[in-house]
Amino acid sequence: MAKVTLTVNGRTVSGECEERTLLVHFIREKLGLTGTHVGCDTSQCGACVVHMDGHSVKSCSILAVQASGSTVTTIEGLAGQGELHPVQAAFKEHHGLQCGFCTPGMVMTAVDMINRHGGNLDEATVRAELEGNICRCTGYHNIVKAVLAADAEMSAGRQAAE
Amino acid sequence: MGIEGIGARVTRKEDKRFLTGKGRYTDDMVVPGMKYAYFIRSPHAHARILSIDTAAAQAMPGVIGILDGKQLLADGIGNLICGWMIHSKDGSPMKMGAWRPLAADTVRYVGDAVAIVVADTLGEARDAAEAVVVDYQPLDAVVEAVDALKDGAPQLHPEAANNLIFDWQIGDASSTDKAIAEAAHVTTIEIHNNRLAPNPMEPRATLGIYDGAEDHFTCYTTSQNPHVARLVMSAFYNVAPENKLRVIAPDVGGGFGSKIFIYPEEVVCLWASKKTGVPVKWTSDRTEAFLTDAHGRDHVSQVKMAFDADNRITALKVDTVANLGAYMSLFSSSVPTYLYATLLSGQYAIPAIHANVRTVYTNTAPVDAYRGAGRPEATFLLERTVETAARELGVSPAELRRINFIREFPHQTPVIMNYDAGDYEASLNAAMAAADWNGFAARKAEAAGRGKKRGIGMSCYIEACGIAPSAAVGSLGAGVGLWESAEVRVNAVGTVEVLTGSHSHGQGHETTFAQLVAERLGVPIDNVNIVHGDTDKVQMGMGTYGSRSGAVGMSAIVKALDKVEAKAKKIAAHLMEADESDIVLENGELKVAGTDKALPWFQVALAAYTAHNLPSGMEPGLKEGAFYDPSNFTFPAGCYIAEVEIDPDTGTTDIVQFVAADDFGNIINPMIVEGQVHGGIAQGIGQALLEGVHYDENGQLLTASFMDYAMPRADDLPSFKLSHQNTPCPGNPLGIKGCGEAGAIGSPPALINAITDAIGTNALTMPATPQKVWKALQSAH
Amino acid sequence: MYATSYHRPSSISEAAALLAATDEAKYVSGGMTLIPTMKQRLAAPAALVDLRHVADMKGIHIDGSRVRIGAATPHAEVAASSALRSACPAVTVLAGLIGDPHVRHMGTIGGSIANNDPAADYPALALALGATIVTDRREIAADDFFTGLFETALEPGELVTAITFDLPEKAGYAKFRNPASRYAMTGVFVARRGGSVRVAVTGAGADGVFRQADMEAALAGNWSADALSGIAVPSSGLLSDIHGDSDYRANLVKVMAKRAVLAAG
Repeated sequence: MAKVTLTVNGRTVSGECEERTLLVHFIREKLGLTGTHVGCDTSQCGACVVHMDGHSVKSCSILAVQASGSTVTTIEGLAGQGELHPVQAAFKEHHGLQCGFCTPGMVMTAVDMINRHGGNLDEATVRAELEGNICRCTGYHNIVKAVLAADAEMSAGRQAAE
Repeated sequence: MGIEGIGARVTRKEDKRFLTGKGRYTDDMVVPGMKYAYFIRSPHAHARILSIDTAAAQAMPGVIGILDGKQLLADGIGNLICGWMIHSKDGSPMKMGAWRPLAADTVRYVGDAVAIVVADTLGEARDAAEAVVVDYQPLDAVVEAVDALKDGAPQLHPEAANNLIFDWQIGDASSTDKAIAEAAHVTTIEIHNNRLAPNPMEPRATLGIYDGAEDHFTCYTTSQNPHVARLVMSAFYNVAPENKLRVIAPDVGGGFGSKIFIYPEEVVCLWASKKTGVPVKWTSDRTEAFLTDAHGRDHVSQVKMAFDADNRITALKVDTVANLGAYMSLFSSSVPTYLYATLLSGQYAIPAIHANVRTVYTNTAPVDAYRGAGRPEATFLLERTVETAARELGVSPAELRRINFIREFPHQTPVIMNYDAGDYEASLNAAMAAADWNGFAARKAEAAGRGKKRGIGMSCYIEACGIAPSAAVGSLGAGVGLWESAEVRVNAVGTVEVLTGSHSHGQGHETTFAQLVAERLGVPIDNVNIVHGDTDKVQMGMGTYGSRSGAVGMSAIVKALDKVEAKAKKIAAHLMEADESDIVLENGELKVAGTDKALPWFQVALAAYTAHNLPSGMEPGLKEGAFYDPSNFTFPAGCYIAEVEIDPDTGTTDIVQFVAADDFGNIINPMIVEGQVHGGIAQGIGQALLEGVHYDENGQLLTASFMDYAMPRADDLPSFKLSHQNTPCPGNPLGIKGCGEAGAIGSPPALINAITDAIGTNALTMPATPQKVWKALQSAH
Repeated sequence: MYATSYHRPSSISEAAALLAATDEAKYVSGGMTLIPTMKQRLAAPAALVDLRHVADMKGIHIDGSRVRIGAATPHAEVAASSALRSACPAVTVLAGLIGDPHVRHMGTIGGSIANNDPAADYPALALALGATIVTDRREIAADDFFTGLFETALEPGELVTAITFDLPEKAGYAKFRNPASRYAMTGVFVARRGGSVRVAVTGAGADGVFRQADMEAALAGNWSADALSGIAVPSSGLLSDIHGDSDYRANLVKVMAKRAVLAAG
């Protein structure tokens, strides 16, 4: 057994787990944060995407012990209680989700994408950047719309703040 | 329409929980004492089980119990069944081989469950599973349905000689043959419909809980129809009587048909919970999903279409062999028969049709309904054949379709269906305009200048949805009625709960059903809660599949709302001392027509519960239930156009535009309907270009993960151009036809017609991978 | 996944000592191949030695014409390096085509090189650029490093610490992705330095990454895509699977080589 210490959604948490425990299982089972999902075994679908030290990663392909000491943000920590992050709001506004299972990974991916490309996204870039996330419900049409809308809104917000 | 009523583009009530990680799926459920299950599965496509030795494994750390098929059989747990009886044309019933939840003597496909290991952790369960020694005697296997019918093929079930499940027909053979013999032109083609894996993003999962004190079972499961699950597990599998079995399907992450069926794992986890005394949770991994979720499609058909000298279709003859896999899944027999051959008239007036269908056992995963279920197979066959005929006849594909469109309704086809309403030319015209069909030649020339081969293709589909009239399907062999139930509970403060037998796993019922209530009662949708997915809350229901929740599920709600409204009007008339027939319900008020007398909705609701002043003899309360049994299927139809560019160097297909023009009748929420179409098109494009389940000749699954099974990703797809035409369905109170499957039905032939148009050769099977397209181009040169 | 243990060194020497101290131990860097393989129980290291915190194995350094990329540098960092983009854009293009954004945040050049997956991208780069694989024990020329499917010249316990190469005059990479896995079904990296041209092919060879001598000769005489038109790529020795047989891959080798030359300019 190993001790794992993480800062998750702004809170420092520690727990014992087997060394073979994946980060996603640590998050879901030890921390009870079940918004992060598992949709495949081969690191393809992206339902498990969280941010680790500011970057999107697939928590199904990282051991919890590897992540120990890191800062992790999950879907539950993206916005304040009862609030929606602009990306979450855009997914709702543009119907970028149906069954909701891929959604947390999609949203975390979109936030990372906007962080890296801020204000410069176009449809082709968004589609290319979604390579690591599979959705079976939406045909991606409205996900792409939502990401572009969130990018525009967040970029306008940044400009207004400057 | 109000801002939240029918027709409004309302954002979804359910979204916030999904967007913030608060969705609650089966694998999220945790109950005290819960343990984890791992299933030992056959690595062989076909083998006898000689022995199972669990002694070493039982002693391993964390192991609670290991149970096998002999124990299951001894406890009287029944075999899995197919619930739709089909008779062969010689009158004999279909040959249903035994499907044991845990195989006791023979395994028939890779993934067939053999034993369950329950342990403290999943890792420990899997460690122990590796220590279980199963001694198999491998047998020869057969994978392709056509091969399984051949003399000397390996035999799967003693009940089914030559692996033939049934040999069924529909339509009139003699008039069809006569028309073909007399035809001016006959188009002959072989059509393959590729086998698909449904792949909802949430893998199947189940949590079985046995309460020994109450002798009661609870089953959390990823189901599209929890009541059907309870019915089948009680009536056929001997798990427990219905009053001792609660089935809960909480948030479910997509289904596409694959979560209709009752699988071995639900049954075994419930039984194992009783045997071991602990709650037992099993969650499929993706490879198990590929191995054991019911697959879709897998048809091979020989087709002849006859034309007269005016290019009118005079007959269609179809001979189909359908692969049903190793066992008959719950509704497997209905898919290649009544959901398929009854749609072979398409949008066309065809005087004579005959279809023969043979279904076959093979050493592969069971095959059952997958988005569209039979209708994509019919549409692909028909639209590829019509396109081929247009090329052979030298007629434009649009013109050939126009000549043959059905234009008067109702229209009785030669294959049971009676189409109630439609305007096929309206969708064709809308799609051609949106696609700028007439400008294609210029675009093709421009693409040629860039070294690309550009092609365009269309597909005119029809489907039968809103399944289904119970008496009709009963006469065709269905084991259940296909009505739906609803209960509308108005609370004393006027807020509303709707209990429905439909189940939402992405469709947005919590929003659209609330919109219906808002439209009728004038209450905000925030004041309406939709309750579904729990057999303890909703009495009975048939679930969600076959694009039925709008046409059937909402019609049941309408019936219950009618009763609620009638009672509310009686109360209002009594309170306002007016005649009941003068009361109107508008904008959340019950008014006396032609006067300024009115009572707000909540006040009438309160009066129903205070019961201080009700009409004489009236019971207190405001709660009504209804069952709705449809009078006919509904018939969504439309036209899809795909335009593609082929890179001749690599065979890569780039979809440069995709147009969908659909007639779904009336629409409750256009935003949600568009989302359904988008998703369906993506799955159809997946079938056409990317997806295919492959087994090797020994029955080993080669596409057992996303590393080898190509799922459509964002960069494989374009944005889609959608439009809606509307001929309201006359058969149900809301005029709804259903929209859930159209995209998956209409799109594959449009793609293949476009690609074959681009490359100038008609022989191309799905999925049209870059390699296949490149090879087709090489052979054409 | 089978049980394992975990160690986190902060220096190369500590990493080597930890690995030597445990039977059946493996280095893990980004883990993008190793962890999924362990999940499938196809690998069962008794111990993992994590390289993500070894500072000496990270970073991109360009010194004149010599480039050094630390083995634990993630693909995303290579893809986003503005210095590399101006010095040799083909390198950043290749790094940006590996996996997906999340995989690129974790996966490293050292892991890719040491694993030598026949469909990985970096081996083509290393071979075409005539790179040197630096280990904790020695330096190995790329020509000697890749010895077969998932096979390299690394000795047991030997650790790749960096990749170095001289900047080429021209270089380009073109990749045809497997439609399912998105790995290279065929990827071709071309590079010219002086009169010498190297063409390395990944994803297509039954024995892993290889150099295409006919193309190298043709391009040395005439650096243009047209120079490759007359070359017949034999299908023998190429992979065949459900996504592409050896004939198709032979075609892709040629098409991707042409596109790589066009990209190189």
